[in-house]
Amino acid sequence: MTFLILDKLTKRFGDASPAVDALSVGIDEGEFVALLGPSGCGKTTTLQMIAGFVTPSSGAITLDGRDLLAVRPAERGLGIVFQSYALFPHMTAAENVAFGLEMQQVAPKVRADRVDAALDLVGLRQLAGRYPRRMSGGQQQRVALARAIVIKPRVLLLDEPLSNLDAKLREEMQIELRQIQRTLGTTTVLVTHDQSEAMALSNRIIVMNHGRVEQIGVPEQVYERPANAFVATFVGRTNRLQGEAVTAANGGRELLIGSARWPLSAGALGPVDISIRPEKLALVASDAPGLDGRMFARVFQGHYWLCQIETASGRLVMINQNTGEGVPAEGSPVRVGWRTGDMIINAGGSGAGA
Amino acid sequence: MMQHNATRSAYLLAGPALLLFVAIVLVPLAMTLVLSFNDWGQYKGIENVFILKNWREIFGDSYFHEVFLRTFRIALLVTLATALIGVPEAYILSRMRAPWKGIFLLVALGPLLISVVARTLGWALLFGGANGVVNKLLMNAGIISVPIPFMFTEIGVIVALTHVLMPFMLLSVWASLQRLDPQIENAASSLGARPFTILRRIVLPQVMPGVLAGGIIVFALAASAFASPAIIGGRRLKVVATLAYDEFLNTLNWPLGAAIAMLLLLALVAIIVGCNRIVERRYREAFE
Repeated sequence: MTFLILDKLTKRFGDASPAVDALSVGIDEGEFVALLGPSGCGKTTTLQMIAGFVTPSSGAITLDGRDLLAVRPAERGLGIVFQSYALFPHMTAAENVAFGLEMQQVAPKVRADRVDAALDLVGLRQLAGRYPRRMSGGQQQRVALARAIVIKPRVLLLDEPLSNLDAKLREEMQIELRQIQRTLGTTTVLVTHDQSEAMALSNRIIVMNHGRVEQIGVPEQVYERPANAFVATFVGRTNRLQGEAVTAANGGRELLIGSARWPLSAGALGPVDISIRPEKLALVASDAPGLDGRMFARVFQGHYWLCQIETASGRLVMINQNTGEGVPAEGSPVRVGWRTGDMIINAGGSGAGA
Repeated sequence: MMQHNATRSAYLLAGPALLLFVAIVLVPLAMTLVLSFNDWGQYKGIENVFILKNWREIFGDSYFHEVFLRTFRIALLVTLATALIGVPEAYILSRMRAPWKGIFLLVALGPLLISVVARTLGWALLFGGANGVVNKLLMNAGIISVPIPFMFTEIGVIVALTHVLMPFMLLSVWASLQRLDPQIENAASSLGARPFTILRRIVLPQVMPGVLAGGIIVFALAASAFASPAIIGGRRLKVVATLAYDEFLNTLNWPLGAAIAMLLLLALVAIIVGCNRIVERRYREAFE
């Protein structure tokens, strides 16, 4: 059953084009959904409308069958983790976590137990008496999370929760956050501009741009089958090529990129936009479908090689897993190819898909 | 060698300012202290001896006790008044929108731009006995039958000083409000706190260091204020500053005036250092 419903949610600030434009989505109970998009795409505004800090210009938000917009922010019962954490600096970690329970007038004895349990969950029991200023970014992050989940929120809202952490800590927290969310089963909405974070954490991703939804789907779908050129370039790296679908000599379809040909099973004829992920590219033998070119640059990244290959159709980025074989030296002639199924083909021709 | 040179040039660079400080602050202060131990007589003038007569007189005479007590009572009440008015004022100002925020901040800081004497005389014009503008209006309107006593009263001095010193409290609280995380009120609200609870439990404790810092400034300035108590309080309602002034310039008993001034200074330093220490101990954990 759909738990949280955003229906044609719109927010305008002044006369400018709407910050959020008729956003509609249904989120299931227990689901982890990410709002993903570049800064200024309206994702944070959407989160603040759910939280009640921003009033929508039009549209509706329904939580478990009840109109959420009629409820004051303080009574919505949502747990929020802010980008800045917004911890209360004059309170210890335990006091921060206890605050929400105090507001709910939970009895002191029960309160203490629940605070301990929440701090245990984020692994901070031993720092209960410490003030936020004396904690590292990661620890503050955990206190903020404990403070949000201790009130047993109906929905957990995470506003760029990991963006202030360094890369290594961020990865650890991603795993931990996912673990905690699975344990509690709390419906969660995450706002992020980091596509890997969205993919690592969520069941579904809502890709937004200029206040509009570009695509809603599970991470694999958004990555492998982006709905349009924006999603393809924003979610992961991609190579973009122009080609043409033509009738082959044998009567079937084939795709022409420069002078190279790929067999096609179906689809309309005419110019097409092609998008292909760097890791789908491989060095191929001269009889396989592919583009001839020259190794322009190669960078060793440990577990993979990042290569740029100059071809007649443009410069392509290729990621080669480090299998120990190495890649051809810079300047050597290479042939780069890929399977037909790895291409994301959109009709429309030059630039129309953007 | 480099280190040595750096130290020497640091001393050389700070030298002129240090000399100036010594010449115009420390030396006169030391001379005042020495003066406070000298003797004085109506006909013999100042006698360069070392006696405790002046200090004994201040500690022994209930008249001086009363003046010192009044001064610190006024300073304390002024501090409380600036805090009670200044904290909400700063909070409201900080919540205002763009053009109004700047305009009203300037208005609030206005008292600093007007001379103390002009501003205090303004109060005297408004409330000065039966001829004061406000008193006249109220009496003509039949709201009061006798003028509101303002001149030569403690209330008058407190009101005038509160007006003068409000900007110091306002700026101090304003500074700590600016350091508040903009999301912190939203965070408290999401946890179920009502607006008043947010103010009391979240905002106020965080601006408390600012209130206390402002309080120390206001207290020190109020306790040593001269112009406002001199004009509103006059000869009838003396505070320590006007008392010292009178000893110096009317009675010409410089040694006694010096002892009074020194005692005020020492008391203020003791109070400020003590308060500061309490504030630091209380907030060291939570704030930097």
